Amino acid sequence: MKLIKIVKRDQPSRTIFFLTPVLAIFLTLFSGGLIFYILGFKPFEALKFFFIVPIADMYGFSELLLKATPLCLIAIGLSFCFKSNNWNIGAEGQLTFGAIVSGGVALLFYDQEGFYILPIVILAGAIGGMLYASIPAILKTYFNTNEILVSLMLVYVSKLILDYLVVGPWSNPEGFNFPETRQFSDSARLPILFEGLRIHAGIFLALAAVVASWFVFYKTYLGFQMKVSGFSLKTAKYAGYKGKKMIILVFLISGACAGLAGVGEITGPIGQLHREVSPDYGFTAIIVAFLGRLHPIGIIFASLIVAITYLGAETAQIFMQIPKYTGQVFQGMILFFLLASDYLLFFKFKFTGLKK
Amino acid sequence: MIIDIHFIGLIITSIMASAVPLILASCGELITERSGVLNLGVEGMMIIGAISGFAFMTVTGSLFIAVIGAMLAGVLISTIFAFLTQTLITNHVATGLALTIFGIGISAMIGKNFVGIPGKEFPVLFESLKDTIPFLSPILFGHSIVFYFAFALPFFTNYFLKKTKIGLIVRAVGDSPESASNQGINVKLVRYSCILYGGAMCGLAGAYLSMIYTPQWIENMTGGRGWIALALVVFSTWNPIKILIGAMIFGGLTIIQFHMQAMGVRVPVQFLTALPYIVTIIVLVVISRDSRKIRLSTPSSLGKSFYKDN
Amino acid sequence: MHKIFIRSFVSSLVFLFTLTVAAVAKDVKAAFVYIGPTGDHGWTYQHDVGRKAVEAAGYKTTYVEGVPESADAERVLRQLANSGHDVIFTTSFGYMNPTNKVAKEFPNVKFEHATGYKREHPNVSTYAARFYEGRAILGTIAGTMTKSNVIGYVASFPIPEVIRGINSFTLAAQKVNPNIKTKIVWAFTWYDPGKESEAAKALIDQGADIIAQHTDSTAIVQIAEKAGVYAFGQASDMDKFAPKAVLTSVENNWGPYYVERVKAVANGTWSQKDTWHGIGDGMVVISDLDSAMPSDLKAKVKKLQADLASGKVHAFTGPIYDQKGDLMVAAGKTADDGMLAGMMTYVKGVEGDIPK
Repeated sequence: MKLIKIVKRDQPSRTIFFLTPVLAIFLTLFSGGLIFYILGFKPFEALKFFFIVPIADMYGFSELLLKATPLCLIAIGLSFCFKSNNWNIGAEGQLTFGAIVSGGVALLFYDQEGFYILPIVILAGAIGGMLYASIPAILKTYFNTNEILVSLMLVYVSKLILDYLVVGPWSNPEGFNFPETRQFSDSARLPILFEGLRIHAGIFLALAAVVASWFVFYKTYLGFQMKVSGFSLKTAKYAGYKGKKMIILVFLISGACAGLAGVGEITGPIGQLHREVSPDYGFTAIIVAFLGRLHPIGIIFASLIVAITYLGAETAQIFMQIPKYTGQVFQGMILFFLLASDYLLFFKFKFTGLKK
Repeated sequence: MIIDIHFIGLIITSIMASAVPLILASCGELITERSGVLNLGVEGMMIIGAISGFAFMTVTGSLFIAVIGAMLAGVLISTIFAFLTQTLITNHVATGLALTIFGIGISAMIGKNFVGIPGKEFPVLFESLKDTIPFLSPILFGHSIVFYFAFALPFFTNYFLKKTKIGLIVRAVGDSPESASNQGINVKLVRYSCILYGGAMCGLAGAYLSMIYTPQWIENMTGGRGWIALALVVFSTWNPIKILIGAMIFGGLTIIQFHMQAMGVRVPVQFLTALPYIVTIIVLVVISRDSRKIRLSTPSSLGKSFYKDN
Repeated sequence: MHKIFIRSFVSSLVFLFTLTVAAVAKDVKAAFVYIGPTGDHGWTYQHDVGRKAVEAAGYKTTYVEGVPESADAERVLRQLANSGHDVIFTTSFGYMNPTNKVAKEFPNVKFEHATGYKREHPNVSTYAARFYEGRAILGTIAGTMTKSNVIGYVASFPIPEVIRGINSFTLAAQKVNPNIKTKIVWAFTWYDPGKESEAAKALIDQGADIIAQHTDSTAIVQIAEKAGVYAFGQASDMDKFAPKAVLTSVENNWGPYYVERVKAVANGTWSQKDTWHGIGDGMVVISDLDSAMPSDLKAKVKKLQADLASGKVHAFTGPIYDQKGDLMVAAGKTADDGMLAGMMTYVKGVEGDIPK
């Protein structure tokens, strides 16, 4: 005779829906402190350097926004895919390809000035991301191919293309063959918003994406179609929606967002093309998307939280010699705990009591 | 430039050595996927195996403990995945990704104190026969036991799946968990076991890298091999023998590229490195076009969560 | 009475002043930014050895490892500059742009950039070592010790520093053995033990019985040990990793330079410099020579070392012909620093093409 019975809920609980991310964060902090303790670091001091010190001043806060911007942007794009049951794991590849295309365009104008250059570069990045995302989309809709593996394989291909270009044909002719391109002209750079801080206009792109996605999902018929088509292709067809077009559309949106994030990185803080342009933002954004429950507002918060794990890992390393990979440990743990605590969404514990 | 039969034998040996971790990880993941579970955390499990094996070896001095330890570490970490996806019914894709990210991070944290320590000499078998027969002897002799195990594994796996009762149960669970469950099979138990087995094999693959192949520990040393192993499983249409061939091709591309360079031939390095990924995509497309064929090859319930009311 | 009072008053003032100056001087904090892990036993390890020398001289130091040459480097530099460090050493070429950018905003912090060429602000110095002098010694040893006349070289990126090393090595080897051939494999990485082992193995399989490297890990010497061929250690003394294989190593000895520069910051005598030191200045050190080398070779090496140190012999003394057969350096002349810094062609005897 069991004391506690696990019973499936009739409906996912709304309170738990908002509570679980908080629970997950709390559990992560606790486990993080535990890990620090086991490795021989003072837990509270480490957590302080991890979560508080990085954003304690204005520069730190702007760095937080700077890191959160691409995460937020990509995650918004991913929310379109994930909500409709399309598993786009290759956002990192779409980001890279967007950076390649826009970087190539920026290099064409490397010695020119003009207000028209930046919009062209940004557009190129979005198009690049869309093109790259269209590959898994088309392969899924017309060739029945699993999009998880295709988009994943393409990530590596795009990174190798970038590597080839930066080491070879696109490397700075005056740069002694070092693996980096020329620096972009000032016209091709995203304007800095505040003097002395690195936060740039890319944040507006991210905010625009947030607003746009909220509008589409909650206010438009198209958004409704996307959510429904996620249940199954058959359901979607039965209700008369164009399943295939939907799949391609969400991939294009996601690709554009990732591509724009790529542009943001290279026209923002980097200012040229390197062999690597992203510390796996495309993969981390998947965590952000889940943590934010695929909801635009949730994603904003989630991107800030995940961004701080990047910054915190760096600060903890500088001041306490804690290995910088702690950031990824936290990111993984947050997702684990969130997924685990989601169990409470669908199941509840029922005390059957001591009575027979 | 020496092109003689013995030289070709040397190249083949190098290719085989680089294929070992792929074979191990792919065969492990194959079993997992055959039971209907898609575990994207292969890279994470491999790298945890790599640091665990290396750490045990450095700390205890025993290679045996190190190998077992690496496999157990793989089992341990995959238990988290199994618990989440099978008991708590979480999304496979997200959980697998979390596993990979977490695995890379935690292995680097643990491994910080092990960077720069030289590995121990791993015993090889049949060393005395190494130079007897040209062409054949470098291929057949002088390798570690893990190497020989890796090349035997696809055959064992194939036999297991096709000819044993448990293998049939695994396949049944993968193809239709509902009917398997109705016939009294404990789907959760089968899947748990397959996931843990996959974890053990991935752990072993990682240990091979850090203890035998390189042998050193450096953070992120698996270098994406886990993702290639995942691709290999699909590339081979869930057939273990094809994994053997695929692993040789994938591993071989890197080796051949270095040899060509050494011979003074101009090679497009990045293109050759990208080739395995591109080829995988092409194969994926080809096998998926025929929806009947894909139904035959893919475990039908792959990636979908199974829930049963107790 | 007055005189004694004034004298003691003044001398105590002087004493206090000296104490304060000494205290303030000792309060100088130096920061070190590393591209790899300190445990690599190669490039970064040697920089860290240099850092420890600074600590032994009584100064406080901070170090950050594994800082990628990307947008994140800027943030790390800024954080270090902002947290009371007086001099920051950035130990990889790719930090060039971030170093100069941050230097602009912190004019009171001194920046020392290794292997770079931009000094855009008066508080930026650059420094590098004449590794090619060490390579000349390695080449002499290799040319004598090889039996197959095939020497393997695992190179990283086709930049002047690496090409220079290959050329210096080959020229020296040819002087003692005109029949040698240098086979090169480009790993396109500075540090990747897996790839480096595979490259070394390919060279060994193709008949090389001595392997030289311009990559940073100990994997290559370990492979050489297993295969029973000779090798040279890179950046640090790698003898303990491969006692039989390693004949000698070229060590980067940064300690004296680091201590000198930190002292200059402490004394207020720091000024912008471009330093390129070699064996003579002690920045490039040759490790102990293995017992496998015959005594006449050892004597020859010691003499060459002394001659390079005193300037009597220059590693690039004409006549030097390039791969095509054109004259690069005339007979009796030596290559000047400008030609060395931009060297992008192989000398005769090197097989293959430089990848573009």
